Amino acid sequence: MTNLIGQSVKRVEDKRFLTGKGRYVDDMVLPNMTWAHIVRSDVAHAVIKGVDIDAASQALGVVAVFTGADMQADGMNGLPAGWQVDFKNGDTMKEPPHPSLAVGKVRYVGEAVAVIVAETHEQAVDASELVEIDYEELPAVADVVKATQEGAAQLFDDVPNNIAFDWELGDKAAADAGIDAADHVTTIEFRNQRLICNAIEPRAAIGDYDESREHYTLYTTSQNPHVVRLLMCAFVMGIPEHKVRIVSPDVGGGFGSKIPNYAEEIIVTWASKRVGRPVKWTAQRSESFLSDTHGRDHATKAEMGFDKDGKITALRVKTHASMGAYLSTFAPCVPTYLHGTLMQGVYSSPAVHVDVTAVFTSTVPVDALRGAGRPEATYVLERLLDQAAHELGQDPAELRRKNLIPPFDGSDAEPGFETKVALVYDSGNYEGVLDKALEMVDYAALRKQQEEARGEGRYIGIGLSTYIEACGIAPSAVVGALGARAGLYESANVRVQPTGKVTVFVGSHSHGQGHDTTFAQLVGDQLGIPMDDIEIVHGDTDQVPFGMGTYGSRSLAVGGVAITKSVEKIKEKGALIAAHLLEASADDLDYADGQWTVKGTDKSIGFGDVALTAYVPHNYPEGLEPGLEFSSFYDPANFTFPFGAHIAVVEVDTETGVVKLVRYAACDDVGNVVNPMIVDGQVHGGVTHGIGQALLEGAIYDDDGQLTNGSFMDYAMPRADDLPRFETSRTVTPCPHNVLGVKGAGETGTIGSTPAVVNAVIDALWPLGVRHLEMPLTPQRVWQAIQSANGK
Amino acid sequence: MIPSSFEYHRPTSLDEAVSLLQEYGDDASLIAGGHSLLPAMKLRLSAPEHLVDIARIDGLRQIRNDGDDVVIGAGATHHDVESSDLVVQGAPLLAQSASVIGDVQVRNAGTVGGSLAHADPAADYPAAVLASDGTVEVLGPNGTRSIAAADFFVELFATALEPGEIITAVRIPIASGTGTAYLKFPHPASRFAVCGCAAAVTVSGGKCDSARIAFNGIASAAFRDTGVESAVAGASLDEDSVRAAVAGAAAGQELLEDSFAGEDFRRQLARVYARRAVLAAAANA
Repeated sequence: MTNLIGQSVKRVEDKRFLTGKGRYVDDMVLPNMTWAHIVRSDVAHAVIKGVDIDAASQALGVVAVFTGADMQADGMNGLPAGWQVDFKNGDTMKEPPHPSLAVGKVRYVGEAVAVIVAETHEQAVDASELVEIDYEELPAVADVVKATQEGAAQLFDDVPNNIAFDWELGDKAAADAGIDAADHVTTIEFRNQRLICNAIEPRAAIGDYDESREHYTLYTTSQNPHVVRLLMCAFVMGIPEHKVRIVSPDVGGGFGSKIPNYAEEIIVTWASKRVGRPVKWTAQRSESFLSDTHGRDHATKAEMGFDKDGKITALRVKTHASMGAYLSTFAPCVPTYLHGTLMQGVYSSPAVHVDVTAVFTSTVPVDALRGAGRPEATYVLERLLDQAAHELGQDPAELRRKNLIPPFDGSDAEPGFETKVALVYDSGNYEGVLDKALEMVDYAALRKQQEEARGEGRYIGIGLSTYIEACGIAPSAVVGALGARAGLYESANVRVQPTGKVTVFVGSHSHGQGHDTTFAQLVGDQLGIPMDDIEIVHGDTDQVPFGMGTYGSRSLAVGGVAITKSVEKIKEKGALIAAHLLEASADDLDYADGQWTVKGTDKSIGFGDVALTAYVPHNYPEGLEPGLEFSSFYDPANFTFPFGAHIAVVEVDTETGVVKLVRYAACDDVGNVVNPMIVDGQVHGGVTHGIGQALLEGAIYDDDGQLTNGSFMDYAMPRADDLPRFETSRTVTPCPHNVLGVKGAGETGTIGSTPAVVNAVIDALWPLGVRHLEMPLTPQRVWQAIQSANGK
Repeated sequence: MIPSSFEYHRPTSLDEAVSLLQEYGDDASLIAGGHSLLPAMKLRLSAPEHLVDIARIDGLRQIRNDGDDVVIGAGATHHDVESSDLVVQGAPLLAQSASVIGDVQVRNAGTVGGSLAHADPAADYPAAVLASDGTVEVLGPNGTRSIAAADFFVELFATALEPGEIITAVRIPIASGTGTAYLKFPHPASRFAVCGCAAAVTVSGGKCDSARIAFNGIASAAFRDTGVESAVAGASLDEDSVRAAVAGAAAGQELLEDSFAGEDFRRQLARVYARRAVLAAAANA
């Protein structure tokens, strides 16, 4: 019963998922429910001259048809950005209105223009074909660099050159000087391509307005229902929070795309009041491609200077980051505070400067995508290190080793590492993970095999990546000063039932992470009771006190600590009750295995008896309140900083450009581990996601702003047969500033893997003269790069 | 993913199906496995008012030996084709190409007749039927006729089928002593062929006697590459000789171009896959 922490307990939620008993939003059918279908723009940029809904309104089964004008007339505001980043000169970022249904203009293909509410889903879709929208088309611009150039289409009247804001971090003069003084400067210019999250469950929402209570319920596929409620109530709809309940039940994957507050959530909630019936919307897969927020989409130039010993002298990075057509909830913070701040990496670079230009384009809005900013930063650093190693004729592992920040545990003796870009790392042993990863693959032998293979005309490549990430973004006072329009703490209520069973209400939201298991392990371990006695409840604003939700690998490091704080309070109060029953002093009690015991005696009482006494307080400490339930809010002192070293081994078919990933080794340090199997699963999923970016994925927009690969027939996701068996290992450097010593594991794989794979391919093809490849490394691109290198 | 409404017909004989097609003309579509038609309908790219389901017509799924030929009923599923001993022995290219179509679910439902009629240039059967020198048997308002594979695939999604005609079978001559291989470079998302090459070769004394080589995936319709066939005939069956022999693969053909694979890359794939397919075919001759 004790020592549940650290055990690979099988995921308790899997039974319900694998047997089809999960309960998702689309499974829900409410009495008298109607169906919504959204009419979306099929042009990228146009003035809406008129929307003719007459025929659709009279179609069979149609209850109502609404446009942006209807929502505007009802006082519905646009969707807000949850983070404000100001221009370098102090001006406020450009935040043009983002109406749920377009008003006046459309600015991307997929933007919602009208909604059909009908008796059945089929009738809603049929009627949508009768909506006539009169567009006056305007030029579009989908490319993040072209959008800022002279003559580019202007999306908004008051946003010159489509620039939402510009931003910088670090000491520019020092970075310039460091580059100027360097003996060698490595320069890379590349795109970090646009990705689509593609959660397996399409988004869905049901609005249900109860006129008698003037109360709204919204069921929605959200990673953070409380945040959605806050944004909807305070910014968009102007309705009081106590009249709104948001439920996010089982959710089938998010990867960032279910963080934002979406138009459809507002539409169904508002429309439900208008039609007086529940209104349900579920995305079709092709709608998901065109309406779920996308991720990444940077154009970057980066330079890294080295002295004659191979020590980094400076890093200078300039990035254009696409926002898409509007600012989504967390869009502004992704390329800034989650990207620029990570440019120190694990290296002791003495000077770092990052310059970011955030740009509107005629595309689906961009927001967080697994890693959010940190993969982009890591890609810059890790490509630079490998590229520099090749240029300098040094081994990439050794060049990294020369520049690694020395180990520190975050104690007073070895305090946190202050970076040149605003962060203080908590604890780290970067050489430790590098050594272990090199050992996992027998690096020296691998290099020898590579050499031998080249002799046979086979091109094997070995790619490294030593990454760091920042998880559990915090504390609230700091992120508030940086522009966050919300706090970034977490809350948990732990309710001990009279029978000694425990219900945990937590603001972290599970959509694949396995919280039902991990949190039950945590509480079971801390209370010394079986996991079966613990139920984890999340995703309902009426049940959970408050919650910031799940993203940025924060659930355990923030939510888990909030739970732990409540458990501590329960143990403290429980000790008072136990002491009373045992006729001892609480100070004289030990708590272990679900028992309070008087030290040095065999007098003890169990957790269940204490729980019953708390609710049936016949023989009870004087002055103590009955009941055994506590809520806690935990606002961390700092981010947590997991890190690791990943090594990819590839073989390239130079005739076809096909990259075969033959080995993948990951050594990660995520601090203490509650469930190694779940962490391994997160690493496997994350690595797969990152490999997808390196080799397969990428949204392609044409010059007219049309997404040309918006289906699973065209947009390639990684599959099992694209992947080797993953080799994983860990070192453990506990986080010094949370009681669990945990750091977070949900994104590490994504962050570490993308550059490792690309570095491996470049490493394979370096002797052929290939110096650069754009992601995804499709066979054609690789083949063409070999061809043009040959031509040189 | 909701199609427009339609009327569903399930004729019990091919003659009945032909007369339904005559009755409804352009408003009708045949359906069997539905693996190309239904996705198009769900996306409302296709909205037939009448669906004529021929999947359960007696005998249409039969695979039989007919003298010197293997005759595969149009209603045979890809799984039927890949797992039939008659096909594996007598028409191995068909079995090989069927085995790499889609995934298990697709192969259990999709049919050979449906795939041929749809004439997706990236489908896997066309090159196999061409390199097997097969014929497509059809029934129409004017009775039956046979169309040589070489005449069947006309253009992107277009065949030599006349309005109202239904494919009833594909007939493949049994070529004993022939080695065959179908190799494809799949699109990473759809797993359709970006380049598929079917080769049927006869071998004597370490050299290729004769060869039939066909491609799908690279051009708007599948085609036999007679230029490469004659270059390969007589060539020694080693890597370098075959590489030289197939250097002109797809010469003179206008090739497809998209963001995943442009014309130059498809031509390179044609060369590589022709060589690999010829050598693989020779190895089992």
